[in-house]
Amino acid sequence: MIKSEWFFWLVGAVFIAMAAQMVFDRTNPKRHGTAAFWGLLGICFIYSTWVNEKTLPAEPLGVAVLALICLGGFNLTGKGKPDTTSESERTRLAARFGGKLFIPALTIPLVAMVCAVFADKWKIGGRPLLEEGSETILGLGLGAVLALGVGMWVLRERRAAVPLHAGRGLLESMGWALLLPQLLAVLGAIFQAAGVGTQVRKITESVLPDGQKLAAVVLYCVGMAVFTMIMGNAFAAFPVMTAAVGWPVLIEQMNGNPAAVLAVGMLAGFCGTLCTPMAANFNLVPAALLELKDQYGPIKAQVPTAGAMLACNIFIIYLFAF
Amino acid sequence: MIVLLGVLVVVLGFATRRNPLLVVGVAGIVTGLLGKLSPVEILGTFGESFASSRSVTIFAITLPVIGLLERNGLQQQARTLIGKLGTKLTTGRFLTLYLLLRQVTAAVGLQTIGGPAQSVRPMIAPMAEAAAERHNQGRPLPEKVREKVRSHAAGTDNVGLFFGEDCFLAIGSILLITGLVNSTYHTHLEPLHLALWAIPSAVCAFLIHGGRLLRLDRTLERELVTANARMTVEREDALERGVPGQSGPGPDRSAPSEEGGAAK
Repeated sequence: MIKSEWFFWLVGAVFIAMAAQMVFDRTNPKRHGTAAFWGLLGICFIYSTWVNEKTLPAEPLGVAVLALICLGGFNLTGKGKPDTTSESERTRLAARFGGKLFIPALTIPLVAMVCAVFADKWKIGGRPLLEEGSETILGLGLGAVLALGVGMWVLRERRAAVPLHAGRGLLESMGWALLLPQLLAVLGAIFQAAGVGTQVRKITESVLPDGQKLAAVVLYCVGMAVFTMIMGNAFAAFPVMTAAVGWPVLIEQMNGNPAAVLAVGMLAGFCGTLCTPMAANFNLVPAALLELKDQYGPIKAQVPTAGAMLACNIFIIYLFAF
Repeated sequence: MIVLLGVLVVVLGFATRRNPLLVVGVAGIVTGLLGKLSPVEILGTFGESFASSRSVTIFAITLPVIGLLERNGLQQQARTLIGKLGTKLTTGRFLTLYLLLRQVTAAVGLQTIGGPAQSVRPMIAPMAEAAAERHNQGRPLPEKVREKVRSHAAGTDNVGLFFGEDCFLAIGSILLITGLVNSTYHTHLEPLHLALWAIPSAVCAFLIHGGRLLRLDRTLERELVTANARMTVEREDALERGVPGQSGPGPDRSAPSEEGGAAK
């Protein structure tokens, strides 16, 4: 049986291998901090296996997570100048490979979908081939590995260091932002452990008239959008609004379908992203790149769609999630 | 009630644009202390929830293959594909097609082939403008119209990305939902189910934003007619006052534009 932990070890090993490359990358002015960040992350990924099994203590992992937060938060990570192809070389290569470039990229979702849908039927000696409950995640891992194989074959690339190097370039340019979603999930768990959910739930229940489904859905979706506009980030709004309304009221009290409520609730948050200058990378950076006089031009173009989509998301939850 | 100050830390931290990692770290520690957890318990909660939410970060495993494809011209090939679309279309129809393409590619995990720097500035905005100029008898656009076309090019890219990417099961937002819910509420949600529930909104987004883009063609036409009429009137006024050669304060005179000189 293929276990999901093996896959987490693979991800951890990739982080560590990239960190090993980073230590020797002299084009990166902060190479030691960068390597420490990704190397530590890789170690955390592997150590976590035994925290989940409760055979090793969780506290050292907590210390390591705070260390990651400090490395990223105090700007100790940076990026080098990865050795890659130039724009004109890429144009030439694109002309040479053509549509074949899309084949490896499409392999990932294809394999992930097939695994998610059919894997429970694959058995070896009566035991499932993929660990139960982790088919999608394992499918993604298998898809990525297969896609890499297909990609190297299609592109006639024999050196395994090349994709590792190219992936490291992307990793460095995303930087610590790559870890933010996971840390927000961690924050959500701390909120829950400290009793934030219970408190907000009490407030919500005193505000919301009992059993008012539509009012609760509107509160969840509009709350997601408004919090997102204030914070500039739907990912940050999600743990707060889900602890307040989404989970206790819509899912537990009103028996909503969790997948529908939460997936569409996140999209309601995206409606807020479309309307806020706080989401600078989506709304202000394009205005600057396009040399617009009105830096709110893109937001103005997006607001009507965002409003209509917020209404759509409210109705999708209200009509189909219960 | 006092634990709610932790939420306030998050809101204020993000709203004042502090480093998000520090905001999360401080908010976690503050909330834990206010919720009467001991420092050791807080560290334990950090560790346990990190261990059970690792699935949020696993999309990093796709970076080597995406990186390999990008260094071999994936984005350039995507541009060629878009370039084939838009040679004979109106602005609105071209942007609608791009919206569809952006949604579909994001839904299969190719979020990186578009974006303001990757596609909007080099491809989408110039092609949308060129389409509007064809409609304006090849004359450069008045500034107001050009700003509107460019803004819509950027907006379409965002709408397509936001309401396409969640149909892919290994995107950050979907994995955040499963990671958060599975580690906080001890249930089991599959990324695939969440991704499927993103499809109805994706369809609505295409219909709504696509509809708006098709209506944009009519708005642009109206604005071009008004702007050109004003320009003609101003030119005639200038001629009557005996200032030959002055074309009046045409709306796009001060625009920092590469095609600005063609009108004179």
